[in-house]
Amino acid sequence: MAATKKVRSTWPLTVGSGLLGLLVWVILSNSGIQGFPGPLAVAERAVESIGNGVLFSDLLASLTRVFSGFALGVTLAVPVGFLMGWYRPIRGLIEPWLQFFRMVPPLAIIPLAIVLMGIGETPKIFVIFLASFLSAVVSTFQGVIAVDSTLINAARVLGAKDRTVFTGVVVPASAPFILVGMRIGLGASWATVVAAELIAAQGGLGYRMQAAQLYYDLPTIFVQLIVIGLVGLAMDRTLQYAELRLTNWQERR
Amino acid sequence: MNPKIRFRGISHKFDLAGAEFAALDNVSLDIADGEFVTVVGPSGCGKSTLMNVASGLLDPDEGEVLVDGEAVSGPSPQRGVIFQQYALFPWMSVRKNVEFGLKIAGVGKVERRAKAQYFIDIVGLTAFADALPKTLSGGMKQRCAIARAYAVDPTILLMDEPFGALDALTRVQLQDRLLDTWSQEKRTVMFITHDVDEAVYLANRVIVMAARPGRIHQIIEVDLPYPRTEEIRLSDEFAALRRQVWNSVYHQPAPLERTSS
Repeated sequence: MAATKKVRSTWPLTVGSGLLGLLVWVILSNSGIQGFPGPLAVAERAVESIGNGVLFSDLLASLTRVFSGFALGVTLAVPVGFLMGWYRPIRGLIEPWLQFFRMVPPLAIIPLAIVLMGIGETPKIFVIFLASFLSAVVSTFQGVIAVDSTLINAARVLGAKDRTVFTGVVVPASAPFILVGMRIGLGASWATVVAAELIAAQGGLGYRMQAAQLYYDLPTIFVQLIVIGLVGLAMDRTLQYAELRLTNWQERR
Repeated sequence: MNPKIRFRGISHKFDLAGAEFAALDNVSLDIADGEFVTVVGPSGCGKSTLMNVASGLLDPDEGEVLVDGEAVSGPSPQRGVIFQQYALFPWMSVRKNVEFGLKIAGVGKVERRAKAQYFIDIVGLTAFADALPKTLSGGMKQRCAIARAYAVDPTILLMDEPFGALDALTRVQLQDRLLDTWSQEKRTVMFITHDVDEAVYLANRVIVMAARPGRIHQIIEVDLPYPRTEEIRLSDEFAALRRQVWNSVYHQPAPLERTSS
């Protein structure tokens, strides 16, 4: 493609937008809302909780939960998605349940999970597993369905048997869908872990917020919120980058 | 001499919105070894169906295809297919695409590479061997597909409107290049097209089909020498043959079946 239009860098706007937000924050904190902390108070609290290691251990607890649940979810979702896309009867059996559970917010499963699995790590990881599984499985099987049948025919006439058609054509052709599903799944997992920790946990970013709420400790809540946002953003960008690198062969508009 | 490809009494019906549609009705045709046959006809005449039957991608309701006297069942690398939509694997470079069939056949790495290179050179993609399909023009993509089909050394090439999506200029260039390749690497070719000019220019024989039901309407011998040149394309003999094929395609008797049901 001979796109000669020069793409203007947007980072000055990004920086400006950040500074503007900071300004609004300062104004808000000086406007007399009871207990609303300014950037300085929040920064102080951040330094303090980094210094005593609390922030790090909370972050570690949350991330461990997310990655265990996410890894389990994706590991199961990819083969199930392939089976659903490749074999029509399997799709028919699984899809109604999938569509049903997709409509139930993972958090709504927490009360049940706590009753059945206790208040340890298991119910939280289970809920995250569910959140990532559901989003990854749907996109995987849609990826398999979307594989161009001409490509499959092209492989067949070159002598490919079912196994080669699957590994050589279906898997790479549906990779972009799988990666998008993983990205959505990771986002959903991150949102779910924080909320799950708000309900019942002995550590983690969500738990820390919940505890701070009891003491009216707004700076701590702000620190947690900012960390949650930044970590989520970092995870999303990492997967987006991987996606761009791995599916660089796609024709993009 | 025994025919290379023999269609025997092929009939096939499709369900179209509840109504049955006779794509092919008792079609029989022999194609000789090394022959270049083009198939033209109005849409719905079953020319693509005929090709899918020949490739083994479609099992006809009735009749059979014999290749070298043996009944076709399922696709085989012996019959290379070139699709209108190119059907290159977009995640593979030109070279990887051309090597794909060789890899399946278990050809060793060194030989695979040499063979792929040979055909990449023949179709004129030497400078683009490591490019991804998305960076190629339509004509280059189709040349890559031709190299890929040739690489597995098929005895038959089945081409389904391969130049249909290309502009007129590229199309003429590719026709010449295809004939060039064909004269260097002789294969039996069955070439589907809706372009009367193309049908006459390429072929030993033009098969004109008719629709509803899909059947062979007329077979026209093209008694022009190879290599085909611009001179031939502009000659009176070519014009006369072109007119004959044109009339056969566009002034067919009314369909045998009623169109309403």
